[in-house]
Amino acid sequence: MSSMFFQCLQAMLMLLMAPVLAGFLSTLKARLQNRHGAGILQPWRDIRKLFGKEVVLAEHASWIFRFTPYIVFTATAMAASVVPALLLDTPLSLTADVIALVALLGLARFFLALAGMDIGTAFGGMGASREMTFAALAEPAMLMSVFVLAIGAHSTNLTTMISHTLTTPLLIQPSIAFALVAMLMVAIAEAGRIPIDNPTTHLELTMIHEAMLLEYSGRHLALMEWASMVKLLLFSTLIIDLFIPWGISVESSFIGVLLAFVIWLLKLIVLLVALAVLETSLAKLRLFEVPQYLGTAFVLAFLGLILHYMLEVGA
Amino acid sequence: MMQSLALSVALLACGSVIMAAIVAPMLQHQQNIQRALLCGLLGLTGLLACAAGFSGLMNDGGNIILPLGLPWLPMHLRVDMLGAFFLLVIGVLVFPVAIYSYGYLKHEQRLTPLAIFLPLFVLGMMGVVLADDAFSFMIFWELMSVSSYFLVTHEHQYIENRKAGFIYLLMAHMAGLLIMGSFATIYASTGSFEFAAMRDAEIAPLWASVAFLLAGFGFGTKAGVVPMHGWLPDAHPVAPSNVSALMSGIMLKVAIFGFIRITWDLMGSGDFQWWWGALVLAAGSSSAISGVLMALQQHDLKRLLAYHSIENIGIILIALGLAMLLAEAEYPTLAALGLIAALYHTINHALFKGLLFMGAGAVLHSTGSRNMEAMGGLIHRMPWTAALFLVACISISALPPFNGFVSEWLIFQTALMAPQLDGTLLTAMVPFSAAMLALAGALAATCFVKVFGVVFLGHARSACAAEAKEVDVWMKLGMAIPALCCLLLGVLPALFIPLLDRVPYTLLGTSLLSTLASGSGSAGQTSTALSWLWLTPIGAAHASYSAPIILLGMLVLGGLVFWWLHPKGIVIRRSKMWSCGNPHTHARMQYNATSFSQPLRRIFWDVYQPEEHEHAERRQHKLLTTRVRYVVHVSDMAVKHLYQPIGRFTLWIAKALRHEHQRDIHAYLAYTFATILFLLAAFT
Repeated sequence: MSSMFFQCLQAMLMLLMAPVLAGFLSTLKARLQNRHGAGILQPWRDIRKLFGKEVVLAEHASWIFRFTPYIVFTATAMAASVVPALLLDTPLSLTADVIALVALLGLARFFLALAGMDIGTAFGGMGASREMTFAALAEPAMLMSVFVLAIGAHSTNLTTMISHTLTTPLLIQPSIAFALVAMLMVAIAEAGRIPIDNPTTHLELTMIHEAMLLEYSGRHLALMEWASMVKLLLFSTLIIDLFIPWGISVESSFIGVLLAFVIWLLKLIVLLVALAVLETSLAKLRLFEVPQYLGTAFVLAFLGLILHYMLEVGA
Repeated sequence: MMQSLALSVALLACGSVIMAAIVAPMLQHQQNIQRALLCGLLGLTGLLACAAGFSGLMNDGGNIILPLGLPWLPMHLRVDMLGAFFLLVIGVLVFPVAIYSYGYLKHEQRLTPLAIFLPLFVLGMMGVVLADDAFSFMIFWELMSVSSYFLVTHEHQYIENRKAGFIYLLMAHMAGLLIMGSFATIYASTGSFEFAAMRDAEIAPLWASVAFLLAGFGFGTKAGVVPMHGWLPDAHPVAPSNVSALMSGIMLKVAIFGFIRITWDLMGSGDFQWWWGALVLAAGSSSAISGVLMALQQHDLKRLLAYHSIENIGIILIALGLAMLLAEAEYPTLAALGLIAALYHTINHALFKGLLFMGAGAVLHSTGSRNMEAMGGLIHRMPWTAALFLVACISISALPPFNGFVSEWLIFQTALMAPQLDGTLLTAMVPFSAAMLALAGALAATCFVKVFGVVFLGHARSACAAEAKEVDVWMKLGMAIPALCCLLLGVLPALFIPLLDRVPYTLLGTSLLSTLASGSGSAGQTSTALSWLWLTPIGAAHASYSAPIILLGMLVLGGLVFWWLHPKGIVIRRSKMWSCGNPHTHARMQYNATSFSQPLRRIFWDVYQPEEHEHAERRQHKLLTTRVRYVVHVSDMAVKHLYQPIGRFTLWIAKALRHEHQRDIHAYLAYTFATILFLLAAFT
């Protein structure tokens, strides 16, 4: 029963921590740019304020537009609750493996893009077209880099994959290095960060994700924003789980989970600092260089897969 | 001879459909009764085929010899596990299509040709599945091909329909010739046309390979495998939509059935050679990718769906190819998993593609157009069609909780759990096919966002879309049944897979459930533990997916969020959409099908080689653009670089030999004599 409790705790933590970490990231970026920043709780304040605001729908909006925020939020939250962050073996982690996880995020994206097209503005269609095009390249790249580890562990279950990494002695495996690079590249793209997309822009001809949200207001907008913050945390946790899982609690004891929480937080901070430095020092890519970027990620991941077969299985 | 329930019901289904073919055309003057009788008997056939399929899968099949056909070769019919499964696939789509047709054909003037050829078409497909000797197989196969030709050319007043029909007939007969060649090759080694004898006989590896290649190319042509797919994107759009649903949903699957019958059943996995699986895998990967890439650039709704059929046939072949490789490498359990994945995707594709074609037919029925650029905003006008079409879009995009995801998930598992195979080529091919599958799935999602977004969302782009009406209750009902099946097969795969598991048992002698150690959990009501998916004999491997929990979790969580956030009793304010301050918005400012796929056209420029023409009109001043015209045309590379050269070459030969045709009678006698001499010399 205690694992059930920790499962709920972990899922709640993923949802509640996501805005805080997004605030941490934006504050960090502000400091790097010699600004003061709005504080790490600002996303929470935004969400709370948006929840209280009135929703205004476009005249032409259908039920797709109205229900999409709920679908996007639920699918993302569902995916987030499956990823082990603190405890290795949680009850929900068996219900969806990595492929199902990617597909849940795909479902959220599918509806997000439909909502972008629902109103019939040029911006919405533009965002939907770009988001789906780039996702079509990013998703296979992500699956490939996950498969490198899945084949090694003979499993696509996150729990089994993590425990495989924990139990095997630390060796330098070139395939995993390839997978890690590919995964990092995909995570940046999927979370819509610089150099692929700029989450702080709201009217720019090269925007992708934000273009689909232009018509949203009030609680709908809050849910969408929250979902994208959860997605960032989800990808960070996934990278931690797959490549640097050491520190995650194997038993469902209170002390172990607390320790795991601290270690998880430290790893997250390292990742976010790296992301903040990256975002501050890089300019956004031109839109049509994004496919090359994602294609590189795909090829890297595929090379990792081939290398795994060639070098590591046979040896 | 062994009678059984499954066989009797299957024969009853054939009887019902023969009755439809005989009686319905006679009622030419009472259109309403004719339509009711045709659709009623077809629906009955569908139900009976379903029942036969279920009882064949659960109990044992049977065989019967009918005194029809050649004097020395009576017609052998048999229901085995493989046949029973495909009977189920046929029945599960024929039934809703029959209901749908009752509404769809209401305003059809020339019903009689349909009343003859639609039942014959269904009879042909069922006969192929039931046939137990090569002769009846070919008879039913040709019945299916020829009757579908008449269905494709139903609206023969348009020249492009006649052209599409001709290409279809030509390629279907080439396919038939190759299949006959395959049977003949096996016959040469066994001396009997009966499948029972073919199963027992030993075939030399060389001849087995010849038979495999002939069957592969023959059935591949019929299934629309790249590059033999040329007929498919032309024939599917021009047929009436209920026929397209059957052709794409089942007829392509019957070709897959024929391929499995010859390679897995008649020759058997013992005869497999390593390159067979590799070839099937390569054909599958290339079909999946090129099908979806071509689909992305279409703006004719039904043509787009036709290209997606090519993609999905590719996905089925990826699974089959993996299964063949694994069976050859003697991993029967994994081969069984691959085969189950292929069959699961077969029934899934029948359901959602049937639904998509029916939905496209409903849209065509209401707007009178297949051109996506003229649509938009139909979700307000046709809410039911939109919702049911959306189910199919999510299913085909392989997203949970619908069925497309389950089968692609199974294929991924097969590819990932495959151990290292011999040879560098095979080692690289398995992950490569998984990569292509992932890419195809993601591109399919892109394509169906485009389809649904352009057709059903946004503003109407033309008057016909603005005045569309919702279809009648029969058409809605016909679409609702496959939509429900998509959901059921997506949420409860654990209930369906044990049924499917009996097919590999007869083909491979092993089944997933019997060989795999069962895990913990309750594999009864829900698929909580999916205990059958312990994939390696060592037991360390583990992969699980539970659709019921995910669906339930999403419903509860989404419901809670909605209930918590949604203010009660307040009507949401509606306002004008934001238009960057520009007061004049126009429906043509929306993204349409061409602009949606523009980024992909640019990324895959070398693959598409599109012909683009851009023309800016500047009447008054060279800096003042008054009008811009943009025309883009993406043609099928296979048609351009393969079909047209062959066509030109054939014409060239015909022209060169033209004068040989116009000789006097002596020359003809000389031709005959020479032929006889040649044949005597060759075969004595």
